[in-house]
Amino acid sequence: MSGLKPPGTLSVALLIARKDLAIEYRTRSAFFASLVFSLLGVSIFYMVWDPTAVRPIDIAPGVLWTIFAFAGMLGLHRAFGLELQTRAMDGLLLAPVAREAIFLGKALSNLVYVSAVLAITIPAVVIFYNLEFGSGLLILGGIGVLAAIGLVTVGTLFSSMTVHTRFAELLLPMLALPFFIPVVVPAAQASAKLLVGADLATVMPWVQVLVAFDLMFGVACVLAFPFTIED
Amino acid sequence: MTSPSPVQSHPASPVCQTVALIRRFGRRRAVAGVDLSIGAGECLALFGPNGAGKTTLLRLLAGLLRPTSGEVRLLGKALKSDAAAERGRVGLISHQSMLYDVLTVSENVAFAARLHGVIDVDGATRAAISRLGLQGRELTPVRALSRGWQQRVSIARAIVHGPALVLLDEPYTGLDVAGARALTELLLALRNDGAALALVTHAVDEGLALATHAAIMLDGQIRRHESTVGVDGARYADEYRRLALESAA
Repeated sequence: MSGLKPPGTLSVALLIARKDLAIEYRTRSAFFASLVFSLLGVSIFYMVWDPTAVRPIDIAPGVLWTIFAFAGMLGLHRAFGLELQTRAMDGLLLAPVAREAIFLGKALSNLVYVSAVLAITIPAVVIFYNLEFGSGLLILGGIGVLAAIGLVTVGTLFSSMTVHTRFAELLLPMLALPFFIPVVVPAAQASAKLLVGADLATVMPWVQVLVAFDLMFGVACVLAFPFTIED
Repeated sequence: MTSPSPVQSHPASPVCQTVALIRRFGRRRAVAGVDLSIGAGECLALFGPNGAGKTTLLRLLAGLLRPTSGEVRLLGKALKSDAAAERGRVGLISHQSMLYDVLTVSENVAFAARLHGVIDVDGATRAAISRLGLQGRELTPVRALSRGWQQRVSIARAIVHGPALVLLDEPYTGLDVAGARALTELLLALRNDGAALALVTHAVDEGLALATHAAIMLDGQIRRHESTVGVDGARYADEYRRLALESAA
């Protein structure tokens, strides 16, 4: 028998995230579904928009972050769904690792996936609405990362809670969307300010709201996760 | 033949031991007060009809279910939900493959090895693959394999970290004759290496061929529990069928 050295929480989280991303890379199912959804969403909002009635800088932030929330939601169910098909989740639960490591791994793979969708959606919105972010684009990217962390933290927890239910894909948005409001609102408000040329100091209160949400729900979700998988 | 009492062949240091183990689902008692003990190098074959509580008992032994009351002890330590190190000494082979279909044979086994903290991941992966006769299929995605070959990969995944306790839930399901023979040989080798085995099966002949002890589980309780030394397979099978029919009635 080979020697054993129980792996650390972070290395297990990275191992699980790498495995999930390898599976997603080979199937590309959830990513393409989210990408098509977000690009279609941007297109539809653009086509129903009356530029003579509403300025692009007034509508674009709402469009971006609403689509972000729904597109991100599409892939969150996948995180634990793929563990259920053959009860691979039992293999994870038998490993000599803290339950929290499983949550961190799942959240990390979701974060990469949601960030990838966002990285394509932001330029799409910028192009469709002919926006001028200037140097604010970098700050917008940072806000995107903070919003993505908040979304995947809450979404991953609810995914683990609902995955065993009969209507998991219906229940997940019903439970998670109300918790996405504190992510979408500050992200949209900060983006709107950046569009009119505001600097980092001006949008800082909204950034602080996002940081506070990420910290508070990050800790709460990590602590709550083991209870969602107890049989 | 003996009455339903715990097997105490290794009372000093059993690998796995249960004490008054009870698990309820709502008002139904799936496991209703089970005391058993499995020592190193022993194999307990657990027979019982569908719904007898065998799979629930295995999941309790694996630490995947919390007992309603009673206790599971693994290598002398209570198996609680926070007992990560103890859980890691268990290998579970279920009728579900517990594999990732998109990943290759090698990736699945190596993932399990890394998850359990195996130091020489490549060596352990190669050894497990070789032991199950999977050479030449290392780079094949699991979804491209037949049910029987997937079961072999599933077994390789479960033993790659050298578990002290191997739990097997209907492991012969889906295996052809060659696969079944390879599995029996592997389980005998694991037993000889000192692993404790708990095998749930309907196949009395295969179970008795492998087991050092046999038990019949009905309605969540162990009704018979004895050493297999000197047991006549045909008479045992008849007795099992009689008890199962009585329980169903």
